[in-house]
Amino acid sequence: MTSLAIKDLQKLPVRLTSGHRLCAGCAESIIAKQVMMGSEDDLVVSLSTGCFEVSTTVFPYTSWNVPYVHTAFGNGAATCAGVETAFNALKKKGKIKENVNFINFAGDGATYDIGLQALSGAMERGHRMVYVCLNNEAYMNTGIQRSSATTIGAQTTTSWPGSVSSGKKEFSKDLTAIMVAHNIPYVAQVSPHNWRDTVQKSQKAFACGGPAFINALSPCPRGWRFASDQTIAMAKLGVETCVWPLFEVVNGKYELTGESARIADGKAEKKPVMDWITSQGRYKHLLQDKNAPVIEQMQNEVDRRWNKLIKLTELD
Amino acid sequence: MPQDIAINGDNAVALAWKQINPDVCAAYPITPQTIIVEKFAEYVANGEVDTEFVCVESEHSALTLCTSSASAGARTFTATASQGLAYMWEMLPITAAMRVPLIMAVANRAVSGPININNDHGDAMAARDCGWVMLFSENVQEAYDMSLVAPRIAEHIDVQLPCMVNLDGFVLTHAIERMTTVDTQAVREFVGEHRPLYPLLDTKHPVSHGNMDGPDYYYPHKYQSVVAMEKALEVCEGVFADFKRITGREYKLVEEYMCDDAEYVAVILGSSFGTMKATVDRLREKGLKVGCAMPRVFRPWPAEALAKVMAGKKAVVVYDKHLSIGAYGPMFPEVVAAGSDLEQLPKMYNVIYGLGGADATVAGFEKSFEAVVNGTAQKIHYLGVRL
Amino acid sequence: MVMASISDLVVGGRIIKPGNSEQFNTGDWRTYVPVVDQDKCIDCGQCWIYCPDNSVVFREGHMSGFKLTHCKGCGICSKVCPRDAIVMKEE
Repeated sequence: MTSLAIKDLQKLPVRLTSGHRLCAGCAESIIAKQVMMGSEDDLVVSLSTGCFEVSTTVFPYTSWNVPYVHTAFGNGAATCAGVETAFNALKKKGKIKENVNFINFAGDGATYDIGLQALSGAMERGHRMVYVCLNNEAYMNTGIQRSSATTIGAQTTTSWPGSVSSGKKEFSKDLTAIMVAHNIPYVAQVSPHNWRDTVQKSQKAFACGGPAFINALSPCPRGWRFASDQTIAMAKLGVETCVWPLFEVVNGKYELTGESARIADGKAEKKPVMDWITSQGRYKHLLQDKNAPVIEQMQNEVDRRWNKLIKLTELD
Repeated sequence: MPQDIAINGDNAVALAWKQINPDVCAAYPITPQTIIVEKFAEYVANGEVDTEFVCVESEHSALTLCTSSASAGARTFTATASQGLAYMWEMLPITAAMRVPLIMAVANRAVSGPININNDHGDAMAARDCGWVMLFSENVQEAYDMSLVAPRIAEHIDVQLPCMVNLDGFVLTHAIERMTTVDTQAVREFVGEHRPLYPLLDTKHPVSHGNMDGPDYYYPHKYQSVVAMEKALEVCEGVFADFKRITGREYKLVEEYMCDDAEYVAVILGSSFGTMKATVDRLREKGLKVGCAMPRVFRPWPAEALAKVMAGKKAVVVYDKHLSIGAYGPMFPEVVAAGSDLEQLPKMYNVIYGLGGADATVAGFEKSFEAVVNGTAQKIHYLGVRL
Repeated sequence: MVMASISDLVVGGRIIKPGNSEQFNTGDWRTYVPVVDQDKCIDCGQCWIYCPDNSVVFREGHMSGFKLTHCKGCGICSKVCPRDAIVMKEE
């Protein structure tokens, strides 16, 4: 495996080039590059419809230096599974010699919502692929509508705060737990500020020999309302507030990583959710007095999930 | 060696697939297609094929997986019917636009609602604008034969389009008929080695598939499919001729029965073509100059061949086993359009029959066809509906 | 609108020139341009690993500047630099 020194990572092939049309400061390409650094073998990339897809393959330009395929929105996992199946067939017949790794990138809409069935099916069938959710917590490509990954209280263009509303009413779905319940060999949460953690987890995901799922927090300057230079700081704050813990589940065994491990060990401060809320314009309305209960609810839920996660890491 | 066997339509399709031995097959069970995948799964279980067989969780994933598998360079097959085809609909034009030659058997069944498992052409007709080559079969032999010719047509360098092989649900899928097989070695030589275009798995030459087009590229890319469809007519004729050389069985873009001297012609699709031939025999016994025709190839639409059949006829009646509610049967306006350049367009009639498995009998066809000959027919006749 | 000639297009909307978006310059999206102070730079590569647009150029282990044809001016490099060696200036 490639060492985690930047000088060695710089020697890896550039799989995603410049000239893509993601917004300035978008985390998606940052995450994708870190994840792809985890594979020394050739890669085939598939994408579910979404920001990343439309911005990297606007005909006649492609930003992909590796074979790439996109079909539709709700079926990225099946698209990737088809390539893997073809690989198995052609390898068996001796038409392909070298190993190839398979990866699907999808947004949270394509993963938590419309693509959940295809994802569940592909994971259950055991296709050897790494499925990466670029989770920016809303349908950003269509203009910031709520998804089931959107956190409580967030303003989106379909969950407006108003005279009788304080933004999104529901907590986000715990999709990572749903993927763990598939009993696949590798599941992890990552955040792009901790690139060592992301590259290392990706190496494990590619090496696990079966289906792997990586849920990546993907801060979105446009949808979350923060300045484009704050993307990495935002990714870090998500982990420091335990809104987005870093952990992996290897063959069912939970382990905290990075800053999350240090917080659990008492070596780093667990920051209040209030820091998260005040850093982003999508939560601005929560600072009004009438919305104080929502902040409390959010803190309580973050704590509940965090404490549960720690308990899970204590299981054998 | 070719053998005469008794077999139902679904098993005949599965047998054709086994002889072709595709690289990948992914499908989801649905009546009346299920026997195809069940039988094929048996071939897989017994090592009689090398195919990677994937039992997906839905038809949407079935066609998705098959599309990317075909893009990756594997010869890929699937099968479905009715709701399954409807659920695949999102992927149908995508598969075609990606120009991958995958093969799909469709066991034609009525589309819900009301839910109904019996035969009509509602599923295939709803898929007709998607850019797939569509072949239809009259009987079990033809379902088998069309399954063998389909990859040759779809994979032809000038075509490179997905191909649907239609066979009527239950009427053919579950009915045991006698048919003659083709020797497996002859099948493999006929179908030949798969030579995929720009396969994804050629990692030394990375290609991007399924990209986003603005208006300046979307339309030209669509037009390329128009050209491929036009070519597909010639290619079908060529493949049918090759197939005749190895089997003696002859297929045409438009099949005809007693049309040469006929003054009245019925145009009909699928298994009902056989029923209509029997009807023509009866009417001929009564001294009526009638014939019938079936577009073997529905997409590309064989307009020219149909126009030749229609030329000089007094009337043409189109029997549709589906209905575009508020308009006509789907085939009717296409037949009218096919004849529109004739010096004189015959009088045109439309009969809607057999929806959701409603009886399609010689008696019903005879009465409705005779009304056309007598000049007493309505423009659209809903055969068998009691008012 | 000038539509492409179909004879120039590979069938299936495929793009057979990998990575050709290099020819599509996104540099003109930029309002602020990153400027590096080479005296402060320690070639740690933090700017390189976080740049969303592959626009931090390293030559033989040294940070040699920015690919301004594609840099969108997001400013991430400036924020992640541990030595404050990169500042964003209005263009």
